[in-house]
Amino acid sequence: MQRIGVFVCWCGSNIAATVDVQAVADALAKEPGVVFATNYQYMCSQTGQDMIQEKIKELGLTGVVICSCSPRMHEATFRRTCEKAGLNPYMVEIANIREQVSWVHKDKAVGTEKAIILGRAAIAKVQLNTPLIAGESPVTKRALVIGGGIAGIQTALDIADAGFPVDIVETKPTIGGKMAQLDKTFPTLDCAACILTPKMVDAGQNDNIRILSYSEVEEVKGFVGNFEVKIRRKARYVKEDLCTGCGLCMEKCPQKKVPNEFNMGLDNRTAIYIPFAQAVPKVATIDANYCLMLKNGKCGLCSRNCTAGAIDYKQQDEFIEEKYGAIVVATGFNPISLDKFDEFAYSKSPDVVSSLEFERLMNAAGPTGGTLLRPSDRTHPHTIVFVQCVGSRCDASAEKGKEYCSKICCMYTAKHAMLTREKYPDTEVYVFYIDVRTPGKSFDEFYRRAVEQYNVHYIKGMVGKVVPEGGKLKVQASDLLDNRQIHIDADMVVLAAAIEPDKSARPLATKLTASMDTNDFFTEAHPKLRPVESPTAGVFLSGTCQGPKDIPETVAQAGAAASKVIGLLVKDKLIGNPCVAKPNELMCNGCSSCEKVCPYGAITYEDKPFRGPNRTTLIRRVACVNPAVCQGCGACTVACPSGAMDLQGFSNRQIMAEVDAICK
Amino acid sequence: MKTEDMIKEITRISGGNPAKCMKCGKCSGACPAYDEMDYHPHQFVNMVLDGRIEELANSKGIINCLSCFACLERCPRSVEPARIIEAVRVVTLREQGKNHLKPDGIPAILDDDLPQQAITSALRKYAK
Amino acid sequence: MKFSYYPGCTLSAKAKDLDEYGRKAAEALGITLEELPEWQCCGAVYPNATDEIATRLSSVRALSNAKKAGMPLVTLCSACHHVIKRVNHDMLNNVDIREKVNTYLGTMEGAEPYEGDWQVIHYLEMLRDCVGFDELKAKVVNPLKGKKIGAYYGCLLLRPGKEMQMDDPENPTILEDFIRAIGAEPVYYGMRNECCGGYITVEDKAQAKKRVNAITDNARNSGAEMLITACPLCHYNLQKNADEPIQTVYFTELLAEALGVK
Repeated sequence: MQRIGVFVCWCGSNIAATVDVQAVADALAKEPGVVFATNYQYMCSQTGQDMIQEKIKELGLTGVVICSCSPRMHEATFRRTCEKAGLNPYMVEIANIREQVSWVHKDKAVGTEKAIILGRAAIAKVQLNTPLIAGESPVTKRALVIGGGIAGIQTALDIADAGFPVDIVETKPTIGGKMAQLDKTFPTLDCAACILTPKMVDAGQNDNIRILSYSEVEEVKGFVGNFEVKIRRKARYVKEDLCTGCGLCMEKCPQKKVPNEFNMGLDNRTAIYIPFAQAVPKVATIDANYCLMLKNGKCGLCSRNCTAGAIDYKQQDEFIEEKYGAIVVATGFNPISLDKFDEFAYSKSPDVVSSLEFERLMNAAGPTGGTLLRPSDRTHPHTIVFVQCVGSRCDASAEKGKEYCSKICCMYTAKHAMLTREKYPDTEVYVFYIDVRTPGKSFDEFYRRAVEQYNVHYIKGMVGKVVPEGGKLKVQASDLLDNRQIHIDADMVVLAAAIEPDKSARPLATKLTASMDTNDFFTEAHPKLRPVESPTAGVFLSGTCQGPKDIPETVAQAGAAASKVIGLLVKDKLIGNPCVAKPNELMCNGCSSCEKVCPYGAITYEDKPFRGPNRTTLIRRVACVNPAVCQGCGACTVACPSGAMDLQGFSNRQIMAEVDAICK
Repeated sequence: MKTEDMIKEITRISGGNPAKCMKCGKCSGACPAYDEMDYHPHQFVNMVLDGRIEELANSKGIINCLSCFACLERCPRSVEPARIIEAVRVVTLREQGKNHLKPDGIPAILDDDLPQQAITSALRKYAK
Repeated sequence: MKFSYYPGCTLSAKAKDLDEYGRKAAEALGITLEELPEWQCCGAVYPNATDEIATRLSSVRALSNAKKAGMPLVTLCSACHHVIKRVNHDMLNNVDIREKVNTYLGTMEGAEPYEGDWQVIHYLEMLRDCVGFDELKAKVVNPLKGKKIGAYYGCLLLRPGKEMQMDDPENPTILEDFIRAIGAEPVYYGMRNECCGGYITVEDKAQAKKRVNAITDNARNSGAEMLITACPLCHYNLQKNADEPIQTVYFTELLAEALGVK
């Protein structure tokens, strides 16, 4: 029989308001094996923890039950507390009387009764607990960063700075991401390229950073500290080590009608291309969908003209396999498709553009060389209408758009409006807004400058319809403060499209077994306290893959993710989770059921000698669990037909004892 | 009827939900009958929430709304103002003596080409 | 191919062209349109109020009879289509409406319960999804070459998009594809899915005029020489109320012409 101490936490009024904590302690004190029960205002406080430790020593407790918040919150805390007092940490059980009781029940009598039942179940479990010792696993001192935008670049630079090697896997031919496409950045209006490209070069030249551009993560195995990742290096038909980036091939390429994705399709590029002048690596890539040589074997001009002999039409996708201790996801965002918002005539008029397209039209390296010209006739627009919140803040049942605020649109629209008025004072600029959201350092001042100094017309209301006619865009909108409908003949309409996670995020999350929300943003381990960690150990989050963010926030989070990675990589060994599966070899019949259901590949089979009747030896095939790979999900324990597999710390007996205690 | 009940009744009949409105005004930006309506689609939503239903019942807005569903289609919040306007109209017309169009008035508006559906729909819209 | 057919009141009187050409063209395409026996007026407007039951009954009767006949129901008038398709949507998705309608029809007429489980499509959907515009193009004997035609959708055919499920409500293509199939040239104009004023014509002619002028001006300025429609009320408004009307015809008339059966 264990000697059990029960500690009931009030959690301030969080628990105590709906649970009679005294009654819970009194009731649980009468349970078999309980030698002490008490309640206290904040059990997780230093005083609370001291009390637990004192009681362990004073009464020689062999088991502890804490009735408090969810084990997700403080199980680790209380395990540490008890360990310091000499108790094995796996002799501690948490009864969750906050999330499962006080927060979901209003009636105190009901809440109290349920809290007692849950406490009783925890006590029943502790009775059967055995001390567990965690194993250790080594740490591969190398990190993988998936995505080479500003988030991935910053994370990689910071990790590399601490002396650890990092690989950046980027699906595009160059790193740089969305920020490389931007013109100026709010609220300081410094040029995006001027501040980004030095970082790209740093990444390219850093001895600790290897850039795997035009590559994708194919498969992820292993666990924290010991990931094994298979990476597909897509055939770019150019030998990276030989190409000097001289650009002669682009001059000679006869296929010049390929929509240029870097300029949002507003102009064309050649089939062999370097996305932009400052690309890193500055290496050409052949677009197989358009290359005449690759499509029908007739051309070869680039190869003939390449003095470096870098062209290789026979190149195939290659796979490399690498080990990593940590993985950072930095897959970024894209503007949503505007297909479902054609009341703004986006698909009907080239002069209705998205904000990212407008960014390219303002950019010196863009399709118009930085002169703002409207796409249809390359004339200067005199009236521009900006529409905010296109596809953001939509109700789910509207079945189009996103429910969240995309966060960056108010500020970049103010920037676009201001820059337009600065460069072209003869252009009238209207911004239709629902709310102007500017919570950031120097943000509201920036927006006010657009209004006060640059006379941008901010109108509280929304555009309801855009009709192209006679070279104009007839904009019909509401002005809510004036309670009137207004009609503007505009030359251009700019739509602030909502942003969404990159399409690669969902399949990547599956490969990483990392969780996502319904919008396909990666979920953090804790929304406040662990914002850059995924709940999957060893997987970290950087930038907009976790939620809408501007550049300063992205860079801050990228650094935070890097520091978490560094904190992991400096360790030589990781303490594992001892709550792993363990087969009873005498009962195992080697049927392979458990191996088939194990999502982590932790189970193998061995032929082992067993003593048979009359001093004979029998060789039997039995299951073996690799405790470093097992994540303790328990799937095998359910699949095992002979009941040979058990999860340590959650054995079938323990769980049945809990159920019995609840049903008593 | 108490104001609270009135709000509930309008909301129930409409099948929409005015509380979802984020006051973007897209409905009124989309409305082709805006200038003919004294109260505009976004006001219908807001005033129903505020319980100012009597004012709406006596407005030109319930007559001049075209039920073209532009506001409903483009509403990003699924408030669907057309449903709410219709609900105010229906509740108003259901009261004794509140019919806007009476059968006696029809001969005056007929012309040779006027399709039957114009009269049927006007009667459905303006009378109960 | 056989379909149940619901012509509706206006097509039997003021909009005979829409109906007659539609029937002839269907015949030329090898389609049998079997008129529903004893169909009743759909009411011309969909009852938006969720507590209206009586105004939904005629649509349910039509749907139920089509189901009994075992053929999908085809409609032609935009308004009838709008009403019947939305009532069908209610019967499938709104338990309250479904139960009340079925209780009434069951008690009063001994009708089988109807669960919204039958298909009603517009004639244009029949052309697109059952015949196919490529197939239609192949059957055209008299292509309307050189005709610049603006498709006028109006409101009822497309909205609410979630219920009508016919086409993208803001960027529809079905009528333009139809125009191409009969050999003519579609002209895009932004007002093609804006309201013509509809029934307001009997209440406020000036308002209807304003709506129609906005549409015809935009269509003309975009290069349209003719408009086609599937709605008798739109047809009336566009022709009668515009200051400078553009010739407006029913799409079935052009279909019949292209198929050589006009």
